[in-house]
Amino acid sequence: MSFIRKYWLSAVAILVSVVVFLVPFAFIVLTAFKDPKQASLLDFSWPQGNYLWGNIVEVVTTRNWMLVTAFVNSSILTVASVALLVIFGAMVGFVLQRRKTRLNGLIEFLILAGLMIPPAVVPTIWLLQGIQLFGRLHGLILIEVAYGLPFTILLYRAFISTIPRELDEAAIIDGARPFDVFFKVILPLLWPVTVTNIVVQSVAIFNDFTNPLYYLPGNANATVQLTLYNFQSQFNTSYNLLFTNIVLITIPPLIVFLFFNRQIVAGMTAGAVKG
Amino acid sequence: MADMTQSGLAVTPARIAAPRRRSPYPGWFFLPAAIIYGVLFLLPTVASLYFSLTRWTLFNSTFIGLDNFAQFLREPFLIKGLINTVIYAVITSSMKVVLGLLLAVLLTSQIAARGYLRSVVFFPVLVSTVGVGITFTVLMHPTNGMINEGLALLGIKGPGWLVNPNLALYSVALVDVWKGVGLATVIYIAGIVAIPRDYYEAARIDGATKLQNFFYITLPLCRPATSTVIILSFIGGLRTFDLIWAMTRGGPGFASDTVASVIYKQYQSGFYGLSTAGNVVLFVLIAVLVVPLTMMLNRKEGHE
Repeated sequence: MSFIRKYWLSAVAILVSVVVFLVPFAFIVLTAFKDPKQASLLDFSWPQGNYLWGNIVEVVTTRNWMLVTAFVNSSILTVASVALLVIFGAMVGFVLQRRKTRLNGLIEFLILAGLMIPPAVVPTIWLLQGIQLFGRLHGLILIEVAYGLPFTILLYRAFISTIPRELDEAAIIDGARPFDVFFKVILPLLWPVTVTNIVVQSVAIFNDFTNPLYYLPGNANATVQLTLYNFQSQFNTSYNLLFTNIVLITIPPLIVFLFFNRQIVAGMTAGAVKG
Repeated sequence: MADMTQSGLAVTPARIAAPRRRSPYPGWFFLPAAIIYGVLFLLPTVASLYFSLTRWTLFNSTFIGLDNFAQFLREPFLIKGLINTVIYAVITSSMKVVLGLLLAVLLTSQIAARGYLRSVVFFPVLVSTVGVGITFTVLMHPTNGMINEGLALLGIKGPGWLVNPNLALYSVALVDVWKGVGLATVIYIAGIVAIPRDYYEAARIDGATKLQNFFYITLPLCRPATSTVIILSFIGGLRTFDLIWAMTRGGPGFASDTVASVIYKQYQSGFYGLSTAGNVVLFVLIAVLVVPLTMMLNRKEGHE
């Protein structure tokens, strides 16, 4: 391929990427800097003055500091769900990979079913009400764990198959209890895939909109994605505030993206090569 | 290591005397996950099979047989949701396969600014779906929206993306592709990178063109990536809710309703039995479409 043609293709690719992918994000950020009047024009223009700080203050303090509550709720939700997912998922992945029994077929079927079947919404609500967990944060945490387990287990099982069995046997011969074999020998070795799991699941749970909508109603319990949804009706014309809110809730995924890009890609492409 | 073995040997005699040797892979490791998954996922799924046959108020349910399903297949707007769901899934997954593969080929070639391009294509995957939906609702505004203003500069009169009932579903599908194509791309990149360079070497010696390389080497050898992308995005498309809800709420009218948005609407209106029937319909739809699709994709793979 000639020198000129190569650069021509690159130039086109960069130009298209700017128009298709960067302009929408630039629009979000620019609008967050505008005053209500200019923002309502919805156009792609340079802000007339910097109103970002005022917008942030207004968004954060609105409805009794609802966004702060939501950030706290979302953080608790994300951290707790991911912690449980990692521990319980790794335990299942470990035994599932190591011990071949008649149950394995059934368990694998259930895992695939969990990846495919859409959760039955109203029966879940009915059940959560029955066990007094409906509309409570810890109920939603358990829901996120239940829905996230199949994917986490698959990632762990694939990784554990690369860890030699001799290691467990050596630890057992040295007199370690099964509990210690797993938590002191195996789990530390799973760190790379654990990081992948943490990153992928925390982005998914932090961005989750549907499950909080169904299982955690009420403003006191709002998660960050729902504040966006509430703002939309409240500030029907205040696009500056709406987009400031979008900017604020995009910051955590952006940080994750900047620091853990490789792990995310590794997790999301797992299984793509071998099918 | 030697240290570990020695200290281990010192302890061994006492341990051997232990009454019963436990398996190093205890079955109770399944327990926490099994309880959470069983109670919060499997149980409601099984219960949905019963409740979909009832008129249900959460406090009591009356068995009405298949009435809910009959209603689903009778009401035009419910049928519309069913058809829309399939259209949406087919469009989004096929566009993600085609664009994802093309982008992956481009981004594994000797192109300038590769790192930048990969990042910028992938980033939308991590942004909140609702945020993306709201942003594009604004960008797609029929008169003030940036997309139509941009088209006007080129002398094209932009359509009413989200207000035209014939177009709304496709506009949302387009945004879905915008947000999700990055995932398809990275999956394809992983697949392409795993193809041994030797094939391309041999093809080069045989004088193959770029196009032949693509059709006879890249495309067949990244088939696992293709099946992953198809199945992931097809299931995702069938289940889609948040993007539709953020952008059109199923509107205008019922023009862009999908089964998932119908489930939510019926739930909001208090028709719990009907909503649950919607869940069962979606479940059956996914099973009927995805299971044969998976088997087909895997079988062909085995033949080659």
